[in-house]
Amino acid sequence: MTRFVLRRVAQGVFSILGASVIIFIITRLSGDPVVLMLPPEAPEALVTQTRERLGLDLPVWQQYLMFLRDAATGDFGTSYRWEMPVRELILDRLPATVYLASAALIFSLMLSIPFGVISAVRRGSWFDRFAKGVAMLGQAMPNFWVGLLLIIVFAIGLEWLPAYGADTPKHVILPAIALGWYPVAAQTRIVRSAMLDVLDSDYIRMGRSVGVPEGLLIWKYAFRNAAVPLVTMMGVYFASMLGGAFVVEVVFAWPGLGRTVVEALFARDFPVVQAGVLFAAVMFVIANLLVDLSYGLIDPRIRHDR
Amino acid sequence: MTAELTPMPARGLRALALNLFGTGFPWVSGGILLAVILLAIFGPMVSPWRPDALDLRSAFQPPAWAAGGSWSHPLGTDNLGRDILSRIIAGTRISAIVAFWAIVLSGLLGTVIGMIAGYFGGWTDAVIMRLVDMQLSIPPLALALILAAVLDPGLEAVVIVIVVTYWSWYARIVRGEILSLREREYVALARIAGCGPLIIFARHLAPNIVNTLLVLATLQVGQVIIFEASLSFLGLGIQTPDISWGVMLADARGYITNAWWAITMPGVAIMLTCLASNLFGDWLRDVLDPKRKQL
Repeated sequence: MTRFVLRRVAQGVFSILGASVIIFIITRLSGDPVVLMLPPEAPEALVTQTRERLGLDLPVWQQYLMFLRDAATGDFGTSYRWEMPVRELILDRLPATVYLASAALIFSLMLSIPFGVISAVRRGSWFDRFAKGVAMLGQAMPNFWVGLLLIIVFAIGLEWLPAYGADTPKHVILPAIALGWYPVAAQTRIVRSAMLDVLDSDYIRMGRSVGVPEGLLIWKYAFRNAAVPLVTMMGVYFASMLGGAFVVEVVFAWPGLGRTVVEALFARDFPVVQAGVLFAAVMFVIANLLVDLSYGLIDPRIRHDR
Repeated sequence: MTAELTPMPARGLRALALNLFGTGFPWVSGGILLAVILLAIFGPMVSPWRPDALDLRSAFQPPAWAAGGSWSHPLGTDNLGRDILSRIIAGTRISAIVAFWAIVLSGLLGTVIGMIAGYFGGWTDAVIMRLVDMQLSIPPLALALILAAVLDPGLEAVVIVIVVTYWSWYARIVRGEILSLREREYVALARIAGCGPLIIFARHLAPNIVNTLLVLATLQVGQVIIFEASLSFLGLGIQTPDISWGVMLADARGYITNAWWAITMPGVAIMLTCLASNLFGDWLRDVLDPKRKQL
C-alpha cells in the first residue's frame, strides 16, 4: 500500500511538472508582452531594459528553470496588468471560485442523488426516463448558454435574482446552476447503478423480508453503501469545476480565478495565465490522486500491493 | 450488476448494415444529424435571406409566433436586422467543418499514437503514456484557452486546439484495445509469418478497432460543438464576419435585455445537434461495441 501511494504521488508530481512545461512553452509562443506593456512610442532602450528586468531576454529553458525555482517558493512573479504579485492576486480571487464550485457541486448533488436513487428504485418507470432526459439535456447544453437563459428568465424577466457580480448570497444561485448542471448526468448514472447493485444484495432482501420500512431501507441502508462511488468521484467533479469555470464566470461577471485568467489572456499577462492554468492542473491531478487512493481506504477489499 | 448478453456483431459491411437498421434505428436523432449535414452542404440554397443582409428597419424583430413577429423572419432578427434563421443555417457549415476536421485529425493522430504505444509496449509505451498523462492533467478548456490565445484566432486555430486537446482521448482507448489484440494468435502468427508492423497495423489491428473509433467519434461531435461555441463565445474562436453558433451567442449577449430570441435560437441549434449526436452515439455503441454498454 505504501509503495502504491508513493508511486502514485510521484506520478502526480511528474504530471504537474509536465503540465507546467506545456503551459510554459505555449505561453512563450505568443506575442512579446513588453510591446503590449509599453506605449508604442517607447524608446528602444526602455524596451530592452524592461525585457531584461522581466528575464525575457534569456533562453526559454533558463526562463523555465527560473519560473520553476520561483514557483517552488510560492513566487509566481508580478502581474503585468494588475501590477501586484501573482500569488496575492490568485489568493484574492480563489475564494470566490471555491465558493461558486461548492455551490455548483451542492446543486448537482441535490438533483443527482434523488434522481439516481428514485430511478433505481423505480427502474424503467416514467421518472427513470424523465431523470435521464434532464441529465442528457444538461450534457447537451453549453454551460454558458444555460447561464444566459437563466439570466433572461430569472434576472431580466422575473427579476427574482441578480445576474452579475457576487455581492449577496443570492448572486451565487444562477451561476451555480449553470455550472452544476453538466455533471448531473454522470452523477445520476453513478448513483443509479450503485443503487441497483445494492438493492439486489442479500442484506436488503433480508431487511425487506423482516419488514424494515421501505423508506428506511432505501435511504438508510441502501443509499449509504451506494454513495461510496459517488463520494470517490466528487473530488473529480469539484476539481474540474474549480478549473473549468472560465466561461460561466465571464458570463456572470463572477470575481473568481476563471474570469481573471481569461482577462489576463487578452492582456497577454503571462505570469497570471501560467499560474492560473497551473493551479487548475494541480487541482486536477490532486483530485485524481485522491480518487485513486480513496478506493483503497473506503473499500478495503481493493488492495494495491502487488 | 445484470449484464445483458448481446451477441457479438457479425463482421463485414452487409452485416454492419443489418445491425445498424435491424435494431431500433434512432430515427429522430439520426434525422437531426442528417439534417445538420444537409444544411451544412446545401444551406445557402434554402436560406431565406443572405445571412449578412442588414436591414436596420426590421432590427429586433421577435420570432414569428411571438407578438410583433412575422413569417418573413421566422426566428426573428438581431440588432442589425439580420435574419436569425439564415445565420443559424450559415453557422451550421462552420460547426460541421470544425467538427469534421477536428474529429478526423484528432482521431487519426490519437489512433496512430495509441497503436504504436500498444503494439510496441515497453519504453515506447511508457514514454507515450506519460505524455498522455501530462496532457490529461491540464483541464481541457484551460489548455484550449492558452493555445487559442497563442494562435491567430479563426477556424484553423479552433481545429488545432481541439486536436491537441482530444488526441490523448483516442490514444488511451486505442492503446487499451491494441494491448489485448496483440496477444491474439492471429497477430502472433502474422508476425511469425514475417509481416512487418505496418501490415499488421493495417490488416490485422485497424479493422478490429474501427467500431470503437466510430462510436468515439460520434460521441465527440457534441463535445466539439460545445467546445467551439465556448471558445467563440470568449472571443478566442471563430471571428466575425464568419458566422458560427458561438459567435452569434457572443454577439447577442450585448443586447440580451432586448432580444431573448437572439440568445435562445442559436443555443437550441447547439443543443439539438449535441443531443442528437449523444443519443446516436449511445445507440451506435450498444450496437457496435456491446462491451462498453452502459447499464
